[in-house]
Amino acid sequence: MIHHRLVIIGGGSAGMAAAVKAYELGEKDILILEKNNYLGGILNQCIHNGFGLHEFKEELTGPEFMSRFSKQVNELGIKYRLNANVLSVTKEKVVTYSSEEDGLVSVQADAIILTTGCYERNAGAIQIAGDRPVGVYTAGQAQLYLNCYGYLVGKKVFILGSGDIGLIMARRMTLEGAKVLGVAELMPYSAGLNRNIVQCLQDFNIPLYLSHTVKEVRGKNRVEKVIIAKVDEKMQFIPGTEMEFDCDTLLLSVGLIPNNDLFNNLGIKFSKTRGAMVNQDMETEIPGIFSAGNVLHVHDLVDYVVSEAREAAVGAVKYLNKTTKHAGFTYEIKQGYGIGYVVPQVLNIDDASEKVSFKFRVAKPFKDIVINIKEGERLIKKIIKPAIVPSEMEIVYLPKELFQKEDHVITVSVEEKK
Amino acid sequence: MRELICINCPRGCRLKVDDDLNVTGNFCPRGAIYAKNELTHPVRTLTSTVKVQSVLERRLPVKSSEPLPKEKVFDAVKELDNVEMKAPVHIGDVVIANVCNTGVNIVATKNIEK
Repeated sequence: MIHHRLVIIGGGSAGMAAAVKAYELGEKDILILEKNNYLGGILNQCIHNGFGLHEFKEELTGPEFMSRFSKQVNELGIKYRLNANVLSVTKEKVVTYSSEEDGLVSVQADAIILTTGCYERNAGAIQIAGDRPVGVYTAGQAQLYLNCYGYLVGKKVFILGSGDIGLIMARRMTLEGAKVLGVAELMPYSAGLNRNIVQCLQDFNIPLYLSHTVKEVRGKNRVEKVIIAKVDEKMQFIPGTEMEFDCDTLLLSVGLIPNNDLFNNLGIKFSKTRGAMVNQDMETEIPGIFSAGNVLHVHDLVDYVVSEAREAAVGAVKYLNKTTKHAGFTYEIKQGYGIGYVVPQVLNIDDASEKVSFKFRVAKPFKDIVINIKEGERLIKKIIKPAIVPSEMEIVYLPKELFQKEDHVITVSVEEKK
Repeated sequence: MRELICINCPRGCRLKVDDDLNVTGNFCPRGAIYAKNELTHPVRTLTSTVKVQSVLERRLPVKSSEPLPKEKVFDAVKELDNVEMKAPVHIGDVVIANVCNTGVNIVATKNIEK
């Protein structure tokens, strides 16, 4: 069995950012395992711009953003294996992968960071009624075909779900000659960023049907018709609100799910994000095993993925240098009223850096609210928000001294103004 | 008074523009520039792909080096159909110079070595 101090599973933005950070902190014995034949992960197919405003203070496309990291990885000489499909991870930190070049290899790691990203919910997951013809794709699939292989998957397209990839694909397919007939969103608000509603839908006069979803797909061989209808507050179809669209393609942009398959056998706890439960270092219940990026919780900005991956790298290096105590005063972080989730879920304050990051999303859109972060009953941080939506992750950095070790529960909650 | 959503960054500021093009609601200066452009001559950055001769890739992602006049975007996409690049190609390499006489170049956004 070969040995590496730090094994990073997944060579996308999170994996590369974690590797570079760990290297900069002095950890030179790193191995990145990447299943594709290139580094960069999903950003390779995200050819649109809008990446890197926080990280590089300029607007880059996905491939440009990721190339800055792959360049660093290569220049620093950080080891990576491509076409390396990781099969298992054990509690004892043995990572087994297979690749055509290396065969079946087991690596004994001292620390592991899982950065395997997320996958798309598909047609099976949302149980669409009707026929099962060719022409139903997830938005990311259509994006891969178009941007990497040069195939347009359809000419007349309807899109279900207003997630950002769906909106981006509405514009992409329109520019490449397809007609996008509309976008239906189950919720009464969009799941995507406002800027994408403007530049991907409104620019091309593509209608967005809120509180609507697909009732039926029809088609013998290929998709021929998509029927949508309005839903009430209980998500039940309202009779008489049906609309029919003659189209050959239905794209689905109905959510992303952290790709935690490799963690399923570890017996660790998962949080509401469907990622592993982690502490302030993005460390799971097993000391020395970390998780960051979209595999931990689905982010809307790669810039935040990168900063989270660096937090995990800092944690991993601390662990490797045996400076993490895993003892002392521990907080449980809970989501109160109006909050969808908070990362991290555990805070070992004695192991924390000078500033602790809390990342969270609201459970539904709010206006004119205050977000309270409390230790027990004591308010430690108050954030005023004129407007907030679930599609925008909030991130707040709290100085360590705000935590006074009086109560073991920290709650993040929304307070609505009367 | 016009209301706009800024598309410069994911923040998506809600901008208000009065008749004299005074902008409020912007978090950063780019919002004011966007709002003024949007009401006088709207521009958009184009991203797309072109054919590439390479052993690794079939498509080369490209972008307009500057935002293009909005009404020229479809014409620019058409011009991309006639282009075929050959590896090696590097980020920033000019794919089309002065696309549709806009003074803007279309440039590569990916390194393809072979």
